[in-house]
Amino acid sequence: MMTPNQVALAYLVASVLFIFALKGLSSPESARRGNLFGIIGMVLAVVTTFAITRNWIVIVLGLAVGGAIGAVVARRVEMTQMPELVAAFHSLVGMSAVLIAIAIVNNPSAFGIPDPMPRGNKLELFIGTFIGAITFSGSIIAFGKLAGLGKRSRLFSSAPVVFPAQHWVNLLLAIVMIVFGVLFFLAGPDAQWAPFLIMTAIAFALGVLIIIPIGGADMPVVISMLNSYSGWAAAGIGFSLNNTMLIIAGSLVGSSGAILSYIMCRAMNRSFISVILGGFGAAEGAAVTGGGQKNVKSGSAEDVAFLLSNAESVIIVPGYGLAVARAQHAVKEMVEKLSEKGVKVRYAIHPVAGRMPGHMNVLLAEADVPYDQVLEMDEINNEFSTTDVAFVLGANDVVNPAAKTPGSAIFGMPILEAHKARTILVNKRSMATGYAGLDNDLFYMDKTMMVFGDAKKIVEEIVKAI
Amino acid sequence: MTNAIDPLIINLTVFVLAVFVGYHVIWNVTPALHTPLMSVTNAISSIILVGAMLAAGSSAGLDLAAILGFLGVALASVNVFGGFLVTHRMLGMFRKKEPKGGKALEKK
Repeated sequence: MMTPNQVALAYLVASVLFIFALKGLSSPESARRGNLFGIIGMVLAVVTTFAITRNWIVIVLGLAVGGAIGAVVARRVEMTQMPELVAAFHSLVGMSAVLIAIAIVNNPSAFGIPDPMPRGNKLELFIGTFIGAITFSGSIIAFGKLAGLGKRSRLFSSAPVVFPAQHWVNLLLAIVMIVFGVLFFLAGPDAQWAPFLIMTAIAFALGVLIIIPIGGADMPVVISMLNSYSGWAAAGIGFSLNNTMLIIAGSLVGSSGAILSYIMCRAMNRSFISVILGGFGAAEGAAVTGGGQKNVKSGSAEDVAFLLSNAESVIIVPGYGLAVARAQHAVKEMVEKLSEKGVKVRYAIHPVAGRMPGHMNVLLAEADVPYDQVLEMDEINNEFSTTDVAFVLGANDVVNPAAKTPGSAIFGMPILEAHKARTILVNKRSMATGYAGLDNDLFYMDKTMMVFGDAKKIVEEIVKAI
Repeated sequence: MTNAIDPLIINLTVFVLAVFVGYHVIWNVTPALHTPLMSVTNAISSIILVGAMLAAGSSAGLDLAAILGFLGVALASVNVFGGFLVTHRMLGMFRKKEPKGGKALEKK
């Protein structure tokens, strides 16, 4: 057995290891070592906890079942499916927080909390529980939306699900939830179950209601936000258990998710509140049929191959369309062929390209694209004007010059300045608008050529033609 | 004389300082690694596993706490294993340019 002091010290070491795990991510070279620190921290935490707990068989069984599932999923998941995997994982953290909270209410003394529970612990427990419950149900909805389960149930529709007075209903529910939280806070040990369970049930419902009105394009914000919540839920349980390691690890995750949400909102020039209130992108995928006056030049894959091979420098702008078509390997092949011809090719990544932060980078890395060819918006934006060809693959709003026009719905959103390149090639499946429901002037420019079709098929044809 | 400090205050101190540490560490993460950041924070937030282990072991028998604890441990450990392994897998994909276009692993 370990003394409480030894346990606390071991937990401190684990907490520091978690900080190193995150610190490692400042560059791809140190990231893998960082991940190793994280694993060591987790092993240390678990081994230490074994020393102060009983029922080892039950715990080992749980670890084995969960661990086996986790390991298989981690091995099999495709990189295009990362957003939904992460959402699913968030939900699990939320649910375990709720389960632990129920166990604490059931028997506080088993966790070293006085029975009946002091009010301070109840407050902490209340906060940990409702955040956990919202994380769980919200992440399930986010998972469904990201996995494209919209056909199974309208709840998972990637278009926003809105109904009249939605925000008032949510607000009312939140108030009722807090009222029951207060009742739980004030109730004696005999009367605390009812308010606790009602509060938890409302929190589950709220999680669903908060996420359904948010459209597909805002998913990078939602998934970061739920990432943040899962951290706060862990920290909340840490408060209840007086466990500083849970508080530290939870806060690290919580602030990480919050910062990512902020970065995503900034990259869309949208306020966090407006994302959460949802309803944006209701016109998602609506084709522009009316204003057909403007002329679009369209070409074939062979034309693209010709233009690309004769360029000196090319910047590729990948978007969600590339992920959907799983075209990353074909693109890599194309770039290799171009490089052999002496064309300088780089990739430009917008912060909200894809369905989660950094999604494009992972897809390109999966296709063996060296990360030093992949540049962030701020690093590459000045170079479009000296580039021969910008090749936009399945991206739309993030290259829409309308963002520079006051009065436009996306005015102020930072964009990749593809319109400054000497020639612009755009691959899209159709002339449908992006999530903002806006027409894109880039497509009508004289120096732009459109190539319609599935990104993967088109790129494969280009590879053949080069 | 002074009474002992309420553990809530100590927890709050730790919490506030940890948020500051998190804030500074996360801003240093390169945007290219934001997806691995999410998956590794996911794995780290499953530290809640410790709470579930305590719940499972809060009594010696098979009561409500043990069942809740078992479920909690199972859910959280999906995350622990899944989160760290998928992060490892992703990070293994990030390579620098090879001088001769070979596919040898960089460093280790």
